[in-house]
Amino acid sequence: MTESSEKKRTQVDDIDRSMYDFIKDESNQEHLEAGLTPEIVREISEKKNEPDWMLEKRLKALEIYHELPIPDWGPSIAGLDMDHIVTYVKPETDQQASWDDVPEDIKDTFDRLGIPEAERSYLAGVGAQYDSELVYHSMQESASKMGIVYSGIEEALEDPKWEGIIHDHFMKLIPPTDHKFAALHGAVWSGGSFVYVPKGVQLDYPLQSYFRLNARGAGQFEHTLIIVEDDASLHFIEGCSAPKYNVANLHAGAVELFVGERAHLRYSTIENWSKNMYNLNTKRAICKEGGDIEWISGSFGSHVGYLYPMSILNGRDAKSSFTGITFAGAGQNLDTGCKVVLNAPRTKASVETKSISKDGGVSTFRSSVVATKNAEDSAATVSCQSLMLDDRSRSDTIPAMDVKCKNVDIGHEATIGRIGDDKVFYLMSRGLSEEEARTMIVNGFAEPVSKELPLEYAVEMNNLIKLEMEGAIG
Amino acid sequence: MSDALLSVRNLSAGVDGKEILHSVDLDVEEGGVHVLMGPNGAGKSTLGHVIMGEPTYDVTGGTITFGGEDVTELSPDKRSLAGMFLSFQAPVEIPGVPLSSFLRAIASARPELDMKRKEFRKRVRELADELDMDRAYLDRELGVGFSGGEKKKVEMLQLLLLKPRLAILDEADSGLDVDALSVVSRGMELYRRECNGTLLVITHNTRILEHLDVDKVHVMVRGSMVTEGDASMIADIDTNGFEQFESLAQAR
Repeated sequence: MTESSEKKRTQVDDIDRSMYDFIKDESNQEHLEAGLTPEIVREISEKKNEPDWMLEKRLKALEIYHELPIPDWGPSIAGLDMDHIVTYVKPETDQQASWDDVPEDIKDTFDRLGIPEAERSYLAGVGAQYDSELVYHSMQESASKMGIVYSGIEEALEDPKWEGIIHDHFMKLIPPTDHKFAALHGAVWSGGSFVYVPKGVQLDYPLQSYFRLNARGAGQFEHTLIIVEDDASLHFIEGCSAPKYNVANLHAGAVELFVGERAHLRYSTIENWSKNMYNLNTKRAICKEGGDIEWISGSFGSHVGYLYPMSILNGRDAKSSFTGITFAGAGQNLDTGCKVVLNAPRTKASVETKSISKDGGVSTFRSSVVATKNAEDSAATVSCQSLMLDDRSRSDTIPAMDVKCKNVDIGHEATIGRIGDDKVFYLMSRGLSEEEARTMIVNGFAEPVSKELPLEYAVEMNNLIKLEMEGAIG
Repeated sequence: MSDALLSVRNLSAGVDGKEILHSVDLDVEEGGVHVLMGPNGAGKSTLGHVIMGEPTYDVTGGTITFGGEDVTELSPDKRSLAGMFLSFQAPVEIPGVPLSSFLRAIASARPELDMKRKEFRKRVRELADELDMDRAYLDRELGVGFSGGEKKKVEMLQLLLLKPRLAILDEADSGLDVDALSVVSRGMELYRRECNGTLLVITHNTRILEHLDVDKVHVMVRGSMVTEGDASMIADIDTNGFEQFESLAQAR
């Protein structure tokens, strides 16, 4: 017993080290080919010592990547240098990251959010590991006592026991054919998390992913694969409110969630990318009979964002609920929402989103609800509330419904509003400054999301909103 | 210069170029109980809001002096921190903000009210009990789903928590049942007794004044201050209404 856990720990340490080594190696390489080639993909694969089938998947994804067009239906991504995509995949090749290059506003935000020194350089993408590694390992250990596997995905691939399971699930929910950036992800993914919760196991505290620990590339093309078996339950939290800064400003991660029969998964994220980032992330969950997926999502930062977590309710009585908030400030165009497929009888979905735009920020809510012919007696409600903080900002709502079945109950409501002057005056008449008053109102607006988050994350998110609100007056 | 706590001189104000208050004068003595009366639409509430600095209204002339300082140009929060308080006729709703958090925030804005969390909770609970307010309301979202009476109690609670030097109560009695009315009266009494507070009660209804020792009555009609007098005016208005003052307003 002791021996085996000892062994496990050693193994983890080894893998971590090799992940960091990989970063070093990469920065010494010189690759200046403009396009993404099979050679580059092979090289990535080789460094990870991964099984052949993974390399094949990567190469296949690469082919698809070259075939697929750039999406033209959302915010412009013309700022991405698609002709030199390799610079995103291998950022160190022509840019040497250093603390001095980190933009002042990011450094300032670290200060204001009280991010510890040791962590800052890592978040800014210029440092190596930091102290919370211990936290990560103790969490990993206590989960493993319950039979839960929580590890880096590359690490899990090295264990024959998990390799097969990963093989059967990896990029199955999000095939590379889905869209160009899913294909890109499939070809060059690196880092991320693997979580496996066995049948009937219920973890009663949230499992937190410290992305801060992952390899450098993990902030860009990380893959999260979570499998919750029948009758099991998990709350997984990813992200933190500190801004993530990458020299390369493309993020194309993938999240695949498999929810078993009567299983429950709550997946919470707060993302706060630096304001130059193109966040083209794909998240998807599939639920078997009676399975329940809950998404809690806070989207901050990014220059352009495309983010539509999707739930496929594939078994009777499966449920999905999505609670999300998006905050778009100056220079930001965030296109977010949720997709749901009702594909079995008596499935239920609810989508509740809040969006805030200020200083010329553009926030678009885009949703899609599809009820297939199998969806008898199912129901879905979609609600979107938008708050615009000034006349320069913009908020749009694009809901789509496709109902192919009788006896399906689908409701949609959208409201777009502003902060009432009467509310601001009321709060000011009690001694709050205009900024404090507006921040309080916006935090209240965000409350349906923050109340779903563990306290520390809720506090972080409120602080983040406070920061975003600064200078919003006048 | 008058030594009144609040001194309004020649105050004119309006919205979108339309004048609502016409050269209004008003003095409120420190520690006094003043009543501002007048028919509906006389501009009483507007005066209360302009005194508190509501940006919706443009002040086109005159001054507002509080505690010897000209506050005419100050923002509402500065006036509040200086010791002015306006209880709203229709308090707003702020979804997602628990009443207790809101109270904590407005108390924290004042160094003299800065107390430990535990102490603060105790104080707020005491106040809730004194005002017959269900403590469960403290965890509810500010104003959301509150009855008219509960909203007014929350205003009274803030009054007693913040202990301002001057409290302007705008139609604190409107739309209240007998029970709620007695709670509002008790709130005013407590404020007078515990804070030695100064009151400017805006009302068109004499009932709320029954338990108050009124020092002075001011009457407004159609945006003008038409007369003032002692507490005996209340009984007169109760019997004869405001029509007797109409001609005074026309004369102006």
